[in-house]
Amino acid sequence: MVATPSEVMTVVAARMLQEGTVCFVGIGIPSKAANLARLTHAPNAVLIYESGTIGTRPTVLPLSIGDGELAVTADTVVSTSEIFSYWLQGGRVEVGFLGAAQVDRYANLNSTVIGNYQAPKVRLPGAGGAPEIAAQAKETLIIINHDRRKLVEKVDFITSAGYLDGGDSRERAGLKAGGPTAVITDLCVLRPESQTRELVVTQLHPGVTRERVAEATGWDVRFAKDLSQTQVPSDLELSTLRELERQTALAHSIDAEDKTHLNRIDSKTEVTRP
Amino acid sequence: MSNLLTLSDAIRIHLHHGDCVALEGFTHLIPFAAGHEIIRQEKRDLTLVRMTPDVIFDQMIGMGCAKRLVFSWGGNPGVGSLHRLRDAVEKHFPHPIEIDERSHAAMTVSYTAAAAGLPCGLMRGFLGSDLAQHNPNIKFIDCPFTGERLAAVPAIRPDVAIIHAQRADRAGNVHLWGIIGVQKEIALAAKKVLVTVEEIVDDLEAPSNACVLPAWVVTAVCHVPGGAAPSYAHGYYDRDNRFYQAWDEVSRDRDTFQRWMRDNVMDTVSVRGGA
Repeated sequence: MVATPSEVMTVVAARMLQEGTVCFVGIGIPSKAANLARLTHAPNAVLIYESGTIGTRPTVLPLSIGDGELAVTADTVVSTSEIFSYWLQGGRVEVGFLGAAQVDRYANLNSTVIGNYQAPKVRLPGAGGAPEIAAQAKETLIIINHDRRKLVEKVDFITSAGYLDGGDSRERAGLKAGGPTAVITDLCVLRPESQTRELVVTQLHPGVTRERVAEATGWDVRFAKDLSQTQVPSDLELSTLRELERQTALAHSIDAEDKTHLNRIDSKTEVTRP
Repeated sequence: MSNLLTLSDAIRIHLHHGDCVALEGFTHLIPFAAGHEIIRQEKRDLTLVRMTPDVIFDQMIGMGCAKRLVFSWGGNPGVGSLHRLRDAVEKHFPHPIEIDERSHAAMTVSYTAAAAGLPCGLMRGFLGSDLAQHNPNIKFIDCPFTGERLAAVPAIRPDVAIIHAQRADRAGNVHLWGIIGVQKEIALAAKKVLVTVEEIVDDLEAPSNACVLPAWVVTAVCHVPGGAAPSYAHGYYDRDNRFYQAWDEVSRDRDTFQRWMRDNVMDTVSVRGGA
């Protein structure tokens, strides 16, 4: 089996989640990676979603953060206010798994706007739970596709603080917990350097060159001295991931003809409540 | 049963132009039917409050109900953008909209503060985030005991909160379960509470720690089966994921959106509703 770059990214992210870890999971690739970890090497990882589901074990990936599947398979379901206060702010979360529209040289995340806040070029969905996850989880893992518009010198807007201006600026701003420990892309893994806190490439995925990474990065990216190579995804990792995706597509009918559905919701009978 | 009303009467009597109205439900139990009734009654200049605006606020904003939006995550879950929300913010269509943007945690703190009768809520947050610079409703104070710098957000006390629940009994007590989001908090934060329900039953049979809103804190209950669709009602029907995906195309274009709203919301009548 040969993995696609996106599959490699998901597998590498999954490997970083250790057995038994308490993990606060964002929707999308973070959720996919966390569940892949749970289905392979970390069966006792505790997955928490911001909809209030604790210790959830979905059989298919949720499309939304509040899918019923997450509630049915959870150890317990608490209110959204409780999940953020007692569980996240209370310090119970070890790893936060986040995505974003942009990440910069010091691992700050933007999910708010492209351009100016008052007159944005693109209005993105916004913060959600990310600022507090990035501030209060003991460490944060970031997953993002590698592209010059996404890995930028400086984000247009800091939604969630990484290492701010680098060095000890995160601590000086009063942020106590750990911060980002890795940015996992479809080309490589970047980690913050110990003193400067600048993201440097520490690991290249199979077949990816330094030149390719440099070209796809929006700043003059540096490479670690002990640059390593990503271990090729195993057959078990890949088959588990693909089966999870297959089951998910079946459950959500994602591959069904949307056009047919559009006609259906256009008909009056569907939404009239007689 | 004193608090049972039809949905159209509940909205007509209790929601006024210019009100601050919260419609809550975290992906689950989103009060779509109530939102559609607000659109049909052409309520204007509303301050709309929801952690996740979702398709319901996309529709209300696109139809011109909103003057101001208080929120924390404005996407189409699992799909992408809310195009009517974006059009209002980016292009001021159908008119400009004011934004009060917080984080999820800050929204929950604003609700719990209001429910507890406090003027503001405290949290550990927004340090290093640009949100505080752009929102005057996010400020910082020093803890009087430890000196720790904490974020403060004002309580959100809506004129009206609207939620959807699985069921009510004939006395008007309301029971909801599954992903309960912030419904209890927003109900106790608001001046008036309207609840649409899937079912009216003789006995709620609610366990002692269940999420129950007693009839005496609920202004009106409306019997609206299917009132959360295309979101879902745990135990009754599933989330219509394909609708959320199809909405992306419907909402992208102003005319397609208008046509869809006319055919599916404006020209329909909410007939069912209790009493």
